Amino acid sequence: MTGTWSLIRLALRRDRVILPIWIVVLSVIPGSTVSAYEKLYPTVAARASLNAGTGSNPSVAVLYGPAFDLSTPGGWSAWRYGSFLALFIALFAIFTVTRHTRAEEDSGRLELLGSAVVGRYAALTASVIVAGASSLLIGVLIAAGMASAGLPVAGALTLGLTLAGTGLVFTAIAAVTAQLTEYSRSANGLATTVLGAAFLLRALGDSTPSASWVSWLSPLAWPQWSKPFVNNDWWVFLLAIGVAAVVASIAYQLVPRRDIGAGLFPSRPGPATAAKSLSSPLGLAWRLQRGSLFGWTAAVVVMGVIFGAIADGIGGLVGDSEQVKQIMERMGGTQGLVDAYLSAIVGLFGMLSAVYAVQAGLRTRSEETATHAESVLATGVSRIRWAGSHLVFAIVGPAVLLAASGLAAGLAHGLRSGDLGHQLSHTLGAAMAQLPAVWVVAGIAALLYGAWPALAVSGSWAVVAVSVLLALYGPVIGLAQAVLDVSPFVHVPKLQPGTTFTATPLIWLTGVALVAVVAGLATFRRRDIG
Amino acid sequence: MTTAISVSGLVKTFGRTRALDGLDLTVRTGEVHGFLGPNGAGKSTTIRVLLGLLRADSGSATLLGGDPWHDATELHRRLAYVPGDVSLWPNLSGGEVIDLLGRLRGGLDQRRRAELLERFDLDPRKKGRTYSKGNRQKVALVAALASDVELLVLDEPTSGLDPLMESVFQDCVREERDRGRTVLLSSHILAEVETLCDRVSIIRAGKTVETGTLTDLRHLTRTSISAELAAPPNGIATLPGVHDLVVEGNRVKFDVDTRELDGALRALVESGVRSLTSQPPTLEELFLRHYQDEQAGVR
Repeated sequence: MTGTWSLIRLALRRDRVILPIWIVVLSVIPGSTVSAYEKLYPTVAARASLNAGTGSNPSVAVLYGPAFDLSTPGGWSAWRYGSFLALFIALFAIFTVTRHTRAEEDSGRLELLGSAVVGRYAALTASVIVAGASSLLIGVLIAAGMASAGLPVAGALTLGLTLAGTGLVFTAIAAVTAQLTEYSRSANGLATTVLGAAFLLRALGDSTPSASWVSWLSPLAWPQWSKPFVNNDWWVFLLAIGVAAVVASIAYQLVPRRDIGAGLFPSRPGPATAAKSLSSPLGLAWRLQRGSLFGWTAAVVVMGVIFGAIADGIGGLVGDSEQVKQIMERMGGTQGLVDAYLSAIVGLFGMLSAVYAVQAGLRTRSEETATHAESVLATGVSRIRWAGSHLVFAIVGPAVLLAASGLAAGLAHGLRSGDLGHQLSHTLGAAMAQLPAVWVVAGIAALLYGAWPALAVSGSWAVVAVSVLLALYGPVIGLAQAVLDVSPFVHVPKLQPGTTFTATPLIWLTGVALVAVVAGLATFRRRDIG
Repeated sequence: MTTAISVSGLVKTFGRTRALDGLDLTVRTGEVHGFLGPNGAGKSTTIRVLLGLLRADSGSATLLGGDPWHDATELHRRLAYVPGDVSLWPNLSGGEVIDLLGRLRGGLDQRRRAELLERFDLDPRKKGRTYSKGNRQKVALVAALASDVELLVLDEPTSGLDPLMESVFQDCVREERDRGRTVLLSSHILAEVETLCDRVSIIRAGKTVETGTLTDLRHLTRTSISAELAAPPNGIATLPGVHDLVVEGNRVKFDVDTRELDGALRALVESGVRSLTSQPPTLEELFLRHYQDEQAGVR
């Protein structure tokens, strides 16, 4: 453990920009929208009918989680933000732990530190403390923000602490995955796979009232299931601490069982000569990116099948009061609960595809900073060909993901509902309509990479976050249309029966994306490498 | 064409740092040119400008008769580059990287590839991540040496190699020169520079401070003389080219510029020489002088 304190200070110094951003953004959201609730549902009657309509609506619960009491601003906030705050705190914990453990080892920097007076467990302990303490801080700030907005302190503390608990659990999970693989990329991949599974379990349990126990398998569901502002089951926080402690102890058991730099899964020798396919920049990009593309495709197919299969039962579970329809409309749907549900699902696939697109496009940046790009660009490969071969994945990759998820959801839903022909084409079409919006996000990432490479990584993820958050939360907190229009996802037409499909926004979005990609490549051609 | 690389007045700034400050460099076709300078002198920056990875602020650079920035892609097919800090893709094997880089340069001599793997004792099946620093350099060296190119640009290629591999490397570079290839070799290893290089350029703080053949440079070095004389020395202190003179009775110690050696010895003989030791000039001393001057300049 020697040197842990120095490593904590090193981690805080390295994260001095990104850490406060995460903490502030995550902790101010819930407290700041209490007034929006007062404005949207001013009367007791409006709140009661919201409660009756949305409280048991599985098509809403699949994305936002279960609603236990929407008649108070606290209960509403816990429902509205609980699941996504849990998701983002988990992501924050995973990235933070991996960045200060496996990524350091992967780059060889930890070896430098390890030779100084730094104990075997110091790096793991330091990263766990930084991620864990930050999670707790976010939780406390959330509680303080909500309490100062006038909400009951007990409920605010329950929500804040259980959200922190989810952060602690994923801190521990990332501590384990960082021990298993050799590369930080695969450590992050493994931890986010666990996160994806947790999201799926939560979505499944929350949208299937008969099997709501499934939600308890997912740490992402715990904050909402502690029923803040309703029952205030604060013991859920203790559950999270217990689970986190058990999982973290596994990580500590693994540390002495492996060498520094090595994973538990040893690497096998590779081929002595390169295959024919590995003779162009595109062949190299395919080799580097195919694993991630396969993984993402498999993940969205599984999600598509599960969400598609439960779609048909959605309609029967809700009443059709006026309030339900209102909520449905706010969610972006226009007619029919199933269609609204499917529309929400393909919207989710669109956002996931944008995350993939940015990750694939940013490979250009990581190849450049790792000086791999230099080796390739010093051969007879032009800059455009090199960058283009990675950007292909940011452009074609999301098309593959959306097609696969749309097909999977459409097939599952079509087979269940006995209307395969129509549902398949309908769902697939709705999924593909997301593509131009995804391209806009990918295009902006390409532009940032070309013009402001130092900002490419943080800037691109900020674009993803803003686009997603505006599309998800903008309408419900009553933001002006001009603000909402910033998000490309807001412009995607809903492929619903009864509305006329207009291709105009899709053409516009594609045009914007095209201009951004071309500008990105043009600026990349003219700048210094490295 | 008689010059492979011709650089004059090259300037490159990064923010406030002036990495290259009017650098000149001429490499003749078919020679092995040593490129020396203290850490941070601008060697790698120069090489990266020559490879079109960085764009110079001013000055001119010609590489194999073309413009390194505008004609980058075409020129790169005719050269091979070994970076100072070789970083391999962690999940590609060494053999895959060698083939990939060779193919991207426009072809690889398979027989030569096999021969080089043998000589450098390199296992091509290991993954990039599992190679040591020296072995990563061997991967890049094999990829470069097995490519059919006119110019080799080597940025401190041997800093991680053991002495045995260092000598294999020297043999390989000699073979390349015998085939008429041009080599730009940035190095800190003076023995390597002395045995391999036809001409050298020494740079310091982004400027060229010396350039020429090793024989030219030897003339710039100083010989250390210590002698016991029959009578106290006289007039030595005022001779040109004499440095660090110490006189203790009949004994003298001093350094003299090699081109002024004759005059100094005549002065000693006038006083009668009882014993004399002289230390021959080494390049190392010259380099150290240039390197240290820089540190003094910084202060």
